[in-house]
Amino acid sequence: MWRFIGLRSLQAIPVILAVITVTFFLVRAAPGGPFSSEKAVSPQVQAALEAQYRLDQPPLQQYISYLSDLVQGNMGPSFYYPGRSVDELIFQGLPITAELGFYALLIAVIIGSFAGVIAALKPNTMQDYVPMSLAMVGICMPSFLLGPSLVLVFGILLDWLPVSGWGDSRGDKILPSITLGAMYAAYIARLSRSGMLEVMSQDYLRTARAKGLPEYVVILKHALRGGLLPVISYLGPAFAALLSGSFVVETIFQIPGLGRFYVQAAFNRDYTMILGTTVFLSTLIVVFNLLSDIAAAWLNPRLRYQFNK
Amino acid sequence: MMSHRFRICGLLLLSFFLVACGGGADSSRVATGNAEGVLHFGNGTEPQGLDPHIVTGVPEHHIIGALFEGLVTKNPYTLEPEPGVAESWDISNDGKIYTFHLRENARWSNGDLVTAEDFRWSWERALTPELGSLYNYMFFPILNAEGFAIGELDDFSDVGVKALDERTLEVTLREPTPFILQLFDHYSTYPVHPATVLAFGAPTDRFSQWSREDNIVTNGAFTLTEWQINSHIRVEKSEYYWDADEIKLNAIVFYPTENIVTEERMFRDEQIHFTNEVGLDKIPVYRAEQPELLQIAPYLGTYYYLINTNKEPFNDVRVRKALSMAIDRDLLVETILENLFLPSYALVPPGTLGYEPPKTFGYDPEQARQLLAEAGFPNGENFPAFDILYNTQENHQKIAVAVQQMWSETLGISAAPMNQEWKVYLDSTDNFNYSISRRGWIGDYVDPNTFLDMMITDGGNNKTGFSDPRYDQLILREAPAMLDQDERFKLYQEAESILMNAMPIIPIYTYQSKHLKHPSLKGLPANIMDYYNWKYVSLEASE
Amino acid sequence: MNPKMDIQALDQNIPKGTSLWEDALVRLRKNKLSMIGLGFLLFVMILCLLTPWIAPYGYEDQNLRLGAIPPSAEHWLGTDTFGRDMLTRILYGGRVSLLVGFIATSVALIIGVTYGAIAGYAGGKTDAFMMRLVDILYALPFMIFIILLMVVFGRNLLLLFLAIGAVEWLVMARIVRGQIQSLRQQEYVEAAISLGLSPAAIIIRHLIPNALGPVIVYTTLTIPNVMLLEAFLSFLGLGIQPPESSWGLLISYGVETMEEYPWLLIFPGLALTLTLFALNFLGDGLRDALDPKASKD
Repeated sequence: MWRFIGLRSLQAIPVILAVITVTFFLVRAAPGGPFSSEKAVSPQVQAALEAQYRLDQPPLQQYISYLSDLVQGNMGPSFYYPGRSVDELIFQGLPITAELGFYALLIAVIIGSFAGVIAALKPNTMQDYVPMSLAMVGICMPSFLLGPSLVLVFGILLDWLPVSGWGDSRGDKILPSITLGAMYAAYIARLSRSGMLEVMSQDYLRTARAKGLPEYVVILKHALRGGLLPVISYLGPAFAALLSGSFVVETIFQIPGLGRFYVQAAFNRDYTMILGTTVFLSTLIVVFNLLSDIAAAWLNPRLRYQFNK
Repeated sequence: MMSHRFRICGLLLLSFFLVACGGGADSSRVATGNAEGVLHFGNGTEPQGLDPHIVTGVPEHHIIGALFEGLVTKNPYTLEPEPGVAESWDISNDGKIYTFHLRENARWSNGDLVTAEDFRWSWERALTPELGSLYNYMFFPILNAEGFAIGELDDFSDVGVKALDERTLEVTLREPTPFILQLFDHYSTYPVHPATVLAFGAPTDRFSQWSREDNIVTNGAFTLTEWQINSHIRVEKSEYYWDADEIKLNAIVFYPTENIVTEERMFRDEQIHFTNEVGLDKIPVYRAEQPELLQIAPYLGTYYYLINTNKEPFNDVRVRKALSMAIDRDLLVETILENLFLPSYALVPPGTLGYEPPKTFGYDPEQARQLLAEAGFPNGENFPAFDILYNTQENHQKIAVAVQQMWSETLGISAAPMNQEWKVYLDSTDNFNYSISRRGWIGDYVDPNTFLDMMITDGGNNKTGFSDPRYDQLILREAPAMLDQDERFKLYQEAESILMNAMPIIPIYTYQSKHLKHPSLKGLPANIMDYYNWKYVSLEASE
Repeated sequence: MNPKMDIQALDQNIPKGTSLWEDALVRLRKNKLSMIGLGFLLFVMILCLLTPWIAPYGYEDQNLRLGAIPPSAEHWLGTDTFGRDMLTRILYGGRVSLLVGFIATSVALIIGVTYGAIAGYAGGKTDAFMMRLVDILYALPFMIFIILLMVVFGRNLLLLFLAIGAVEWLVMARIVRGQIQSLRQQEYVEAAISLGLSPAAIIIRHLIPNALGPVIVYTTLTIPNVMLLEAFLSFLGLGIQPPESSWGLLISYGVETMEEYPWLLIFPGLALTLTLFALNFLGDGLRDALDPKASKD
């Protein structure tokens, strides 16, 4: 177990290094530099700006100095926001996006697995069709549609909840969390339904039933464990995607989170900010994939056995 | 079968939502703002920064205008210069030397006096090449400023800026430049507090922290008290401002309202007093239901298409004219533009301080077809297919789709709208990698020069390949030297006629500024610059 | 559990390998909802195929003076702000969306399943290496990648499919690999290995069919994702350009005017939702029909 975690953590180093390297040269290859604007930039000004941001050095040298700064925990200055460092911007947006993501995933996991499980208990009945149809609507409703619709109904027409903000007024966290969580809830509902169906036909469940155990014990003790396996392996990438996917929700609801920085950095060609958020994201992906693999192993007795060997 | 455990789950879920929905919306920010004298202002985007010599955008302008003050300010109703830090000024007979007398009670927000040396120091900083100020060209009418900015002169004492004593600033110009006072109200010429800038690094250090909320020292009517990136910026009335008694607002909160749909809803929900924009689709709704909330006025900007005159077949002036004459601008304006903008037939917007642009052509499908035939493409035969390039934005797309259809119907040629992400679009246009490309230009100051000097040979914003020696002569030499306004405008008209006869650009419409304004907000009139002077603004609680 | 039983089951499956699929087809036919879904999908596809002949107007025909009007006798689904017929635009948009949905998803499916199956079966160092590569690709800034593609290749529908497929296969690979990894531990697979079956045969004959359930479900989830991603890429300038359109684009424009011209949102939204519903019922039916465990009941 610990050996597994240690090994995977070691593997993270080349992964993140590869991500940095590719991204570093990718952003410089993209057309349009960080300082291009609709108003012409005179050659002197362009040269001065490039000198200040070390862009006048050969790319390899820029790369090496970026890496050496990074090792010292310095992600460099933002190219778009003068006077702000990438570290500062990330740590400003992170807690907000993490909170938003946490609520969204909480909603998604609770509603999604609940709907998926009750649907799987009686497949091809109304108990199956209704929650699954709702889930399908959830998948078809992209957040750029769901968000404004919820705001229109609950913010404007009913006037129950604020139309924007995060922690500015009471209840303003509800609509963004639901908007972001809805799509994941729908996914999780579908995945858990199919996972449950898979498990329900397994021999060990029949054995458990044959032993005369009450149905809820069979479901909670035996079926859920295997049935939620696909959900678990989905959660890792989902959390990482949530971070980059929160951009739309953050824009609709005026939330000062990390998702906006992540997307805006690409639009602004804010090289250091793109790199910083990408390094951060790749670390998250590595960690969450690892966590979901560990969780999957714990839920799958065969894999767990192998793990502990 | 539903076990009781599931029921517990359901109960938990239900209670989660009950708790979550427990809070209703608070009383509106507008209502509390009116009571406390706090203006809630939709400001478009998050400012890049608040250093007046580094940033360039309109949202930055709004905030910096509250924090700093230049030598002069403008009256928001007439746009005439009004005294700012300078209480008066003398102009020499040849119009080239301006002597500014600064007020005795102009102070920084730490109590220091604002001196002539502060201005000289600030302008030297703004012009130092290492800083890389994008707006340094605003100083170029000043003697030798351009030479210093591009590194030809090393000694700032050669530049026409002298602090004669603590309260007197003398500025020497290259040419009389009648619109110069407007430049001294542009934020790129605002002073910064030298000791504060130096305390946080070298004057030209772009990474300096001096303009952050706990560090910044300002000389305007407001001081910076809160700056939460992507959330809001709050400025509060400054006790050291020389005219503090006249300031009616206690605070302004600026919101980066990027999403136009959200912004309108924030306004409807009474979270903001004023919006940065109004979506075109919302205009007819407000016109029908609440016209009093709309604030619409002509804006000093032109929307036009660039033509790549280096490229076949657009190097033929007849082709360019045919394209331009085949666009029915009235129809565009009446339909997809919701009667909001004005059809445009020249680069300079009409009514720029009394300047009327020449009208050299109109919508004329017959002549357009004839010109195209003369150029060798009767009925559009053999005309190569080309793209109409625009950056991703819905209104640009609307125009491109409609124009494409007009060209196809009138001229029989096939154009395809093509959108590109903003920076890619800039790159394509800069590198002449386009046929037709959308562009807009907003004047920096109220004078035809801010539009016409773009199109000089190899001008940075020309982007079309247009070049005409007589045009260059008029813009660079004759007009700036002319003191008489009417005569000067005649020179500009001659230049603009040359430009429109060569048609390297296709003017489409003149911008209008459009905002939603809460009835309680006073003293924020519409004007051609879409300029706000916070000194005049007040909030009156409605009954 | 007796491993012999599984070997017998295995032996039964080998000589008549097609029976799984035949059984599945029979079971699928019995599933009414799935058949309705299939019928609806076929109906939509035929409509889209025939669009150039049956569409009442041209998709780019403007009538600026008419503007946006609600549904009427001439325009069954109303018109947009250019006075273009919405029914026509939805039909043409369906061509793009269905094409993107199916082709990009197939690309993702083929790459993802192959890659995931190999990684899951091989295990050990190969698996670790392959999955870390997936992690790397997953972490790269997608937008920069798209912007570069756009510049290198220009606009190109084929490229759009590839770009979307190239992104979507990553998650698919993870899911398949997880499934295969757990299936690989099952006795019947170990039995097959000891019988000397080649890895390719084991993967194709035994592992992939058993992992199909989650794959089908995830595929039905990928298709809507892909259709909406197309709208975002078109927005960035990669993909289709106006006046052409797709359901995703029509919906994203409809959102902006949902209060003024609701029909611009409702009808494309309905087209997308109904199609996805149909797809989903079909997917569920397929999943149930292909469940190898169910075949023994």
